[in-house]
Amino acid sequence: MGIFQKRPFGHGSSKKKKDMPEGLWQKCPECGDVTHNLELTQNQRVCPNCDYHFTQAARERIEDFVDPGTFEELDADMLSVDTLKFKGLVTYTDTLKKHQKKTGLKEAVICGTGLLSGRKISLAAMDFHFLAASMGSVVGEKITRTIERGTAERTPVILFAASGGARMYEGMLSLMQMAKTSGALALHAQAGLPYIVVLTNSTMAGVMASFASLGDLIVSEPKCTIGFAGARVIRETTHQELPAGFQTAEFLEEHGLVDMIVHRKKMRATLAEALNYLSPKSA
Amino acid sequence: MKVQPLEFEKPIVELEEKLEDLKKHSRIHDIDFDAEVRRMEAKIEQTRRDIYMNLTAWQRVQIARHVARPFALDYFMRSFTDFMEIHGDRLFGDDKAMPAGFAMAGGHRCAVIGHQKGRDTKENLMRNFGSAHPEGYRKALRLMRLAEKFKLPVVALIDTPGAYPGVGAEERHISEAIAVNIREMMVLRTPVVAVVIGEGGSGGALGIGVADRVLMFENSYYSVISPEGCAAILWKHRNQAAAAAEALKLTAHDLEKLKLVDEVLPEPLGGAHQDPQRAMADLQKAVVKHLKELSAVPIDKLLADRYQKYRRVGEYIEAAK
Repeated sequence: MGIFQKRPFGHGSSKKKKDMPEGLWQKCPECGDVTHNLELTQNQRVCPNCDYHFTQAARERIEDFVDPGTFEELDADMLSVDTLKFKGLVTYTDTLKKHQKKTGLKEAVICGTGLLSGRKISLAAMDFHFLAASMGSVVGEKITRTIERGTAERTPVILFAASGGARMYEGMLSLMQMAKTSGALALHAQAGLPYIVVLTNSTMAGVMASFASLGDLIVSEPKCTIGFAGARVIRETTHQELPAGFQTAEFLEEHGLVDMIVHRKKMRATLAEALNYLSPKSA
Repeated sequence: MKVQPLEFEKPIVELEEKLEDLKKHSRIHDIDFDAEVRRMEAKIEQTRRDIYMNLTAWQRVQIARHVARPFALDYFMRSFTDFMEIHGDRLFGDDKAMPAGFAMAGGHRCAVIGHQKGRDTKENLMRNFGSAHPEGYRKALRLMRLAEKFKLPVVALIDTPGAYPGVGAEERHISEAIAVNIREMMVLRTPVVAVVIGEGGSGGALGIGVADRVLMFENSYYSVISPEGCAAILWKHRNQAAAAAEALKLTAHDLEKLKLVDEVLPEPLGGAHQDPQRAMADLQKAVVKHLKELSAVPIDKLLADRYQKYRRVGEYIEAAK
């Protein structure tokens, strides 16, 4: 099982990556090859041996995607608050602090504008390292602003999605972000502007059931897990054998949801080409 | 129907049994226990009040799930008149977990949709325990499109543990079906009123729940995840559902405080199933009141208000630049 092999490495790397990128090796859960962390980052965190796509941090992803030096980050200072005073085994505030320390991020999404092959885009990338990129008020608000910026400035919107779903610690405030983001997309679509979503590992539940499913194009990285309900929940509810490759990008391309599966290194060129077709003629 | 007591209702049931015994004893032996009976009746009333006026979140969840609680079709048939059901999404099939159709309320021609549960095993097999598949959400959208075309307001009754977690649902893209409904409801050019009548289970509820007015019955709940699911993840065990229910702030009153609900509809003491007729009449009154208000709003303003209603949801800190 990939997930069992992955965990110790993923855990170790995310803890230490910030301070000491050197001297750390990463084992590929797919082929078992060991790659130097630095080499892996230079290779856009794709296994040089088998092309396995490791989870990529949002900032690295954006830097690799837009024209060099063109990314302008916006809404960078937004912070989540514990509105519900969530009483669990750990507090929401502590959980947030832990993930902020671990990732160096304030929240699970980075937003802004940049150029893609010279064309201005509004973009956002979710970071799975931060609380499984779950969507609370901040994530919902930042994504909504990214979309609204696209509508106001008449630019395409590109979102890199990854998420475990809506964030439980913010209860219904999280669920309502599904409506907020989708509403912004409705207006962006009415303005005749293109929206491309790129699904990355994993995109599930509330995020998949809102903006991640609403792209004019739904693009996916190879072998991501994509779905609504988790596989374990489905197995327990239905007592059914799950089909081979269930809830993978490939399975969803076969079943008609994903428009294309694109290698991370070809993402830039592919989406730039797609926008040549999808952008309004006057732009 | 005979109403099964919930665990926390047992003290009431025990007292009621004692009262019955007392009355029986009095009849058989022809002894006057009137004073005792009256004392007992007062005690029962007091116990009922003590319990029902101080319901915990988890107790409300149990009431929301009560098998005797009025379901969507009960309301369609009795809060509305002339209910006419339509079937199918024109793509795959007809989802019996999501009945849809037309009905009249207070002179308003309405498009009505809702999640429908069953009361016994046979019904639940047909209704899939109120968990809809993609075809249910797509049927709902088809009806909403009709409503827009013929200028009927939409009334959505929410009562689902969640959209169905199954292989077929995933293969036919339940996420996409819900997402499209949410987006389209945000810009649907006709008034929409949603009422949570029982369980508001996460995305499966929101998939028919984007509305100009969102109402909740007092003992219904609306949550980002089921209390059991939340407990399994954050408490590592489903048996912590009561704690999760409390933490999630999922009751009608909690959500009214968070300004996520426009009106809470009071229920008879102990829940809507204690007096279904009253619940049905109350829903009718509330729906008609809101439809009347909404139908007076020009459509572009209605849509702008609806967008803002959801646009402003969210709590965060933003450092001043």
